Amino acid sequence: MSSSLLDVDQLDVGYGDFQALFGIDLHVAEAETVSIIGANGAGKSTLLKSIVGLVQPMRGDIRYDGVSIATTSAHKRVAQGIALVPEGRRIFASLSVEENIVIGGDVGRPGPWNKQRVLEAFPLLTRLLKRSGEGLSGGERQTLAIARALMANPRLLLLDEVSLGLAPIVVRQVYEAVPVIKAQGTTVLIVEQDVNQALAVADRFYCLLEGRIALTGTPGEVSKDQITEAYFGMSGGSH
Amino acid sequence: MVWTNAVIQGILLGGLYALFATGLSLAFGVMRLVNLAHGDLAIFAAFMTLSISQTLKINPLVALLIVIPAAFVVGYILQRLIFDRVVGVDPAFQIVATFGLGIVIQNALLEKYTADTQGLNVGTLKTSTIKVNDTIGIGWLPLLTFITAVVVLGSLALFLKRTKLGRAFRATSDDADAARLMGIDVKRVFAVAMALAIATVALAGVLFGARSSFDPFVGPARLIYAFEAVIIGGLGSLWGTLAGGITLGVAQAIGRQINPQWGELFGHFVFLAVLVLRPTGMFGKVQTR
Repeated sequence: MSSSLLDVDQLDVGYGDFQALFGIDLHVAEAETVSIIGANGAGKSTLLKSIVGLVQPMRGDIRYDGVSIATTSAHKRVAQGIALVPEGRRIFASLSVEENIVIGGDVGRPGPWNKQRVLEAFPLLTRLLKRSGEGLSGGERQTLAIARALMANPRLLLLDEVSLGLAPIVVRQVYEAVPVIKAQGTTVLIVEQDVNQALAVADRFYCLLEGRIALTGTPGEVSKDQITEAYFGMSGGSH
Repeated sequence: MVWTNAVIQGILLGGLYALFATGLSLAFGVMRLVNLAHGDLAIFAAFMTLSISQTLKINPLVALLIVIPAAFVVGYILQRLIFDRVVGVDPAFQIVATFGLGIVIQNALLEKYTADTQGLNVGTLKTSTIKVNDTIGIGWLPLLTFITAVVVLGSLALFLKRTKLGRAFRATSDDADAARLMGIDVKRVFAVAMALAIATVALAGVLFGARSSFDPFVGPARLIYAFEAVIIGGLGSLWGTLAGGITLGVAQAIGRQINPQWGELFGHFVFLAVLVLRPTGMFGKVQTR
């Protein structure tokens, strides 16, 4: 295995009195694609928010490229090369599509992605450039969110529920972008409820259940029943 | 002709109200902060200008060269020291913190300057008038104030539309967490926004002090006019703020024309009418998120 880019060690995260994650250990190697699967409320998005710094951990550590970033503010983590495509896309409504793309690159990290490259990768956006961030379709918003994140030239790209609310054909188009992103050497960490989609692109996966890691491995080495048991917390043969 | 004159004077007065309201609109638009000390900070700037102009023996408008940069720094520091702690939390904390700051400012001014009314002496500018005809005269100071308001609002609009930092302002206004994910230092954006807000209200305070008398306790009334201009124009819209200020100014001028005691009353009526008929204001957007 190549060198570790992201190490999450014994991470506990909570919101007030509610604890969402318990002792999470997660490791992602450089240029790897790792999926995190789990049912709604398993803590997947909270884990990503912790990694990008939108949520502060209660205990444990997050190391990026060997250096602890647990107390680093979110905007500095972006400058270090961690970008998130958030759940719900979070497109800036008062900015045009073009401005939404450009703002992703304002952090000024050098790398293969620039406005021209993302428009080549996502030609759908070219005809939308002057449109407002408001009023785009779900697929257009998701494509824009990915393009915006790539503009930061991340070493580690986190994708949070990119298929949520999209038509199957749009989901397929969105996931077709993952190999293109990987080809640039970008490490990808995907959070997804759609198990088949997540495992299809992953080198390895983690399955979360009620804030704990219930299963980890490579897609080829675990059975469907094992995944079902870890996903729902019950035996695959029981239903 | 008398009514035409009233409308013209109202429009010019609206420029001052818009200038008062600009910082309030900016702070609310970017960080959803309602600064109840806004009017007191304007009057604080007027008193600072009074001291500087008397000490250095310069025209109060020249003293703006010192007061506005100082106000910018004060705004930045206030945001970092006080307001950052109350942004994004229960609005009750904002009310307590900013209302408390207003009381501190009023009493500090009372201690230093007493309750006597003061005025900024800008010489003949205060009384100079462009005489259009027998009933219509346009004062140079109100005209200068109006032009200043248009220039300030236009510059801010250009800044927001054309610059990288302005883009960061708009993104932060839309969604602060998503802005953080773009590598934007949201706390810096907040601090610069508050610095600009205090700088503009300092300018408004000095222009107000040049045309009217003031004492340590007139700040809250300026705050109410600023609020009304922002609400009439529409929250978060800079040009709406100008339109709101003009509407308020014209309403007051017309009321005053009918009866000298009715100016403020008419302004409040228009404000209430807008709240009833169009709660989002003239240019405000309906929040869908």
